[in-house]
Amino acid sequence: MEEELIVSGRMNQMIDPHLHIWHWQISLYLFLGGMAAGILAIAALYFIRGRENDYKTAVRITPFIAPFLLVIGLLALFIDLRHKLFFWQLYTNIKLQSPMSWGAWTLMVITPVSFVWCALHIKDIFPNWDWKYKWLYDLEAFFNKYKKALAWVMLIYAIILGIYTGILLSAFNARPLWNTSILGPLFLASGLSAGAAATLVLSKDSKERKQFARIDLVLIGIELFLIIHMFMGFLASTQVQIEAAQLFLGGQYTMSFWIFVVILGMLIPALLEIMELGKFHIPVVIPAVLVIFGSLMLRFIIVYAGQVSRWLY
Amino acid sequence: MRYAMAVDTRKCVGCSDCVVACQTENNVPIGFCRDWIVEVTNGTYPQLEMELRSERCNQCVNAPCVRCCPTGASHIVDGGIVLVTHNECIGCGACMASCPYDARYPHPDGYVDKCTFCIHRIKNGLSPACVAVCPTKCLYFGDLHDPNSEVSVVLKKRKSKTLIPEAGTDPQLYFLI
Repeated sequence: MEEELIVSGRMNQMIDPHLHIWHWQISLYLFLGGMAAGILAIAALYFIRGRENDYKTAVRITPFIAPFLLVIGLLALFIDLRHKLFFWQLYTNIKLQSPMSWGAWTLMVITPVSFVWCALHIKDIFPNWDWKYKWLYDLEAFFNKYKKALAWVMLIYAIILGIYTGILLSAFNARPLWNTSILGPLFLASGLSAGAAATLVLSKDSKERKQFARIDLVLIGIELFLIIHMFMGFLASTQVQIEAAQLFLGGQYTMSFWIFVVILGMLIPALLEIMELGKFHIPVVIPAVLVIFGSLMLRFIIVYAGQVSRWLY
Repeated sequence: MRYAMAVDTRKCVGCSDCVVACQTENNVPIGFCRDWIVEVTNGTYPQLEMELRSERCNQCVNAPCVRCCPTGASHIVDGGIVLVTHNECIGCGACMASCPYDARYPHPDGYVDKCTFCIHRIKNGLSPACVAVCPTKCLYFGDLHDPNSEVSVVLKKRKSKTLIPEAGTDPQLYFLI
């Protein structure tokens, strides 16, 4: 292949020598959105399956984190915008081809739904909670009546949100590392894993903790499978995608990716969870925090490495 | 109507006059550029050859920036020119991330900006500023659908290439080789 050896003369600040478009705000948002999606999807799923009483923490308590995650994530997104005062333009348009438009509308649905879900369970945390106004009590009664429908909406939109955090990146043909459809399912699995880890930390019920350790194990297995699959896809693809994969296979992101994401974020927590299920006593906080950390690092590394990968010309 | 530009890489001397003309014409903020000169060295020593190219937005037919834009600020107008409506742009950077040519930059005023083929000039029958000013006359501009336009004639006569055709964007900036 004939490669251009020396290229000079570009002076697009913030573009050359490689992109500096997206920073910690986007990585953080992708992580927070993914984790919130994981928490809400798990809560909705167990509620729909009628297991609310078996998994009280997952259905009633953990979802209280989600609105905070979503609001902080939205703030990060807002900080990232360069033309902040025009943000409302997102909601005067529906662009089916733009994942960012999908994401904006998904957040528009899931954020209020997450607040309503918390409102329905607030008495589990604050037993003396008083809504003060009658219409708020009426509203609570209304949503309680249609709680199952609400759970379905929450489940569907949580899954869309989880996938979208990956699809957002994979829509960019110009960045070979991002341009793989594996990112959607990978980020969804990673978000679900972080959500399960949050329940693992909060739950005091040993049965529930065991169940979530098992769920986390399965999700870590899926993530590892998807990561292997992603690299197989890259290495069997075009030169630019092979070079994108090289960033993680000897290139500048090799150490951070394999140590922080795969070893610390997946293999060690999986090992600890297997030991825990095998009757060894291990503080659950350790694997759970490692999983959440790994999920965060996955977003940071993929967002930054993707901006280094490019077409050759 | 399909506006296109052809750049003669054999006539270009890399003087950057096109860049300066563009910056003056379009009030491009200091440190950024809508067009630029690339010097490329190819080959294996001692068989090296250098190419000079005046590059800008490729005004793609299948424009990924337009597809990714969540608000519709990036759009294609008659003649195939890709434009950004300033007060619809939220500066999210999706179009910049999606452009394989890295042709867009974030304007300090917030919106994302890029080459417009000097649409304000061509509407008045003038050529883009870069074309008008080029001292070696190595830039050709016109309507590809008109067989007699400068750009159609030169593209018929000479061999040409586009940049990263494998990205599937169908670029309309041609380089005569």
